[in-house]
Amino acid sequence: MSTDTTTELHAPERRGVADLAPRLEPLIIPIGALLGGLFAFSVFLVLLGKSPVDFFGLVYKAGFGTAFSWQNTLSRVAPLLLTALCVALPARLGLVVIGGEGAVVLGGLAAAVVGTALLGAPTAIGIPLMMLAAMLIGGLWIGAVGALRIRRGVNETISSLLMAYIAIALLNHLVEGPFRDPASLNKPSTAPLDPALRVGELPGMDVHWGFAAGIIACIIAWVLIERTTWGFAARIAGGNIRAAQVQGLPVGRLIICFTAAGGACAGLAGFFEVAAIHGSANGSLVSGYGYTGILIAFLARHNPLAIIPVAILLSGFEASSGLIQRRMDLPDATILVLEGIVFVAILVSETLYGRFRFFAPRTEVQP
Amino acid sequence: MNETDLGLWAVPLAMIGGAIRVSTPFLFVSLGECLTERSGRINLGLEGTLVFGAMSGYAVAYESGSAWVGVLAAALAGMLFGFFHGWICKLPKVNDIAIGIALMLLGMGLAFFFGKPYVQPQAPDLPAISFGWWSDISQVQAALQVNVLFLIGIVLTIAMGWMFRTTRIGLIVRVVGDSTDAARSMGLNPNVVRLLATGAGGALAGVGGAYLSLYYPGSWNEGLSSGQGLMAVALVIFARWSPVNCFWAALLFGGAGALGPALQSVGISSGYYLFYAAPYVLTLGLLIATSSPNRALESAPGELSITK
Repeated sequence: MSTDTTTELHAPERRGVADLAPRLEPLIIPIGALLGGLFAFSVFLVLLGKSPVDFFGLVYKAGFGTAFSWQNTLSRVAPLLLTALCVALPARLGLVVIGGEGAVVLGGLAAAVVGTALLGAPTAIGIPLMMLAAMLIGGLWIGAVGALRIRRGVNETISSLLMAYIAIALLNHLVEGPFRDPASLNKPSTAPLDPALRVGELPGMDVHWGFAAGIIACIIAWVLIERTTWGFAARIAGGNIRAAQVQGLPVGRLIICFTAAGGACAGLAGFFEVAAIHGSANGSLVSGYGYTGILIAFLARHNPLAIIPVAILLSGFEASSGLIQRRMDLPDATILVLEGIVFVAILVSETLYGRFRFFAPRTEVQP
Repeated sequence: MNETDLGLWAVPLAMIGGAIRVSTPFLFVSLGECLTERSGRINLGLEGTLVFGAMSGYAVAYESGSAWVGVLAAALAGMLFGFFHGWICKLPKVNDIAIGIALMLLGMGLAFFFGKPYVQPQAPDLPAISFGWWSDISQVQAALQVNVLFLIGIVLTIAMGWMFRTTRIGLIVRVVGDSTDAARSMGLNPNVVRLLATGAGGALAGVGGAYLSLYYPGSWNEGLSSGQGLMAVALVIFARWSPVNCFWAALLFGGAGALGPALQSVGISSGYYLFYAAPYVLTLGLLIATSSPNRALESAPGELSITK
């Protein structure tokens, strides 16, 4: 209490600190929640008779310890960045879209189908067309969720997840049937892509171009939200849809654009999965990136720039999964448990905002 | 027992049988969600509760040798998940939809984590009663093989409908669901009522999961549930928060889910995956048809965040 009065007395000199404290709140609370979640997970491990020190040591070693492990981590970040954007962009308008997985799957399929149709096309034409197809179908898929919300009042959380299941069924149907490469015997797939249409690695690194694309997408999304009138309108509408409508903001168009943009990002993730990793579309596209993306977006508080470090951190955890299974005799679902606990912790921390006087904006007292 | 060739008649018959078999988890999860939503809260995490219930029910049934002990364990596990959800949601500023998503992931993660050793062994099955004794046709007998849990589900449906309509408990849940302020002025504690309603709802979803692992399909693996828990949430909206409507909707969804296997049983296997998507398409279609952009849904609990 006494510190408060001194701050007020010396307000002019200490304004730097006073301005800083409220800005720290959205940084310190999520970090605290993350640490709290990791602590709860450590307790879980101790109860099972496993050592959390070993666990985090292995995560460090496999995810971040060496140049090789960094490359391993970074090469998995691309789909996480892009699917997190699929959650974060609609979230700015107050929509909870959790079906990014569907856009990943269909984006990958569209890229593979366009790529097979373009057999023999030069890289400079083929790659952009494949990217466009993936982003278009992803944008349409999640944009439809936004349109259903605004036109019919259908809850976007449920509809997006249903659409994800439908997308997976479509992928299975098309890969088993019309688009199946007869040469793929055990695992039905589309025809393998021409080497000219494969995406290579970043110069000097063992990490494919999807990483750069994901970072650029995050930066563009940040500029869109924070520095344009569209983003400003979206933030207003996210605060209160009715107030925004009274103000004459085009809420319907905003919702459709933001959900479609998020879907395009997730579709792009599917493109990179196909063109940089699998080389064709098949069941491997259904890998749960969409669900990790939800957690990342919430941890980053739907801030596109904060998504970058959070995605890298979680990618490191996922990259260490194999080593943890072998060394500690834990099942592969261990990382899922960790993610679930951290997710709950971050949501519970929402209740702490505004509870600490330290973060409260200090106003100068007029005598 | 002579194999009679029923031709295409086998499809509707297999669908009726399938509807009864497939609908039971839908019924239990949707009754649970109906109770929770009537108290003004939405629990999207029932998918995770269902999967965890399936795992714990199977594991306990295997260890104890009794399927009913497994069902009880699944109900207890589901109740714990429900209480956890209800307890977190009473904190201010916490979004119940987001918590549901987190608990869905956590429930599935924990189920896969602890369920790994139980993928191989065979646990005892739940008993079924045969209502097909009057017929000589084996397909009819197979279709009318009804599990005891389905019958319990019917009793629960009627009991819950009666509870909401005529009992004091039903009135309390409805008041809390319609207006927090009105409930407070009546001297009720909305948080406690919602906590209990979410816990009971979770227990029912756990039983639905136990049905999956202990009867149909009747084994535990990681791909056991494919969104039944989530579809049940949508089903409650479509059923307009009425337990009796939940029962009919669950049968409808069960029938849609049985379409693919029924067609396969008569040799139509092309487009299997598309038929597999039928329940999702049906759910989405019904949601689109019954929602409205500019007014709250008819008979929706007033405090429900999903319809506000």
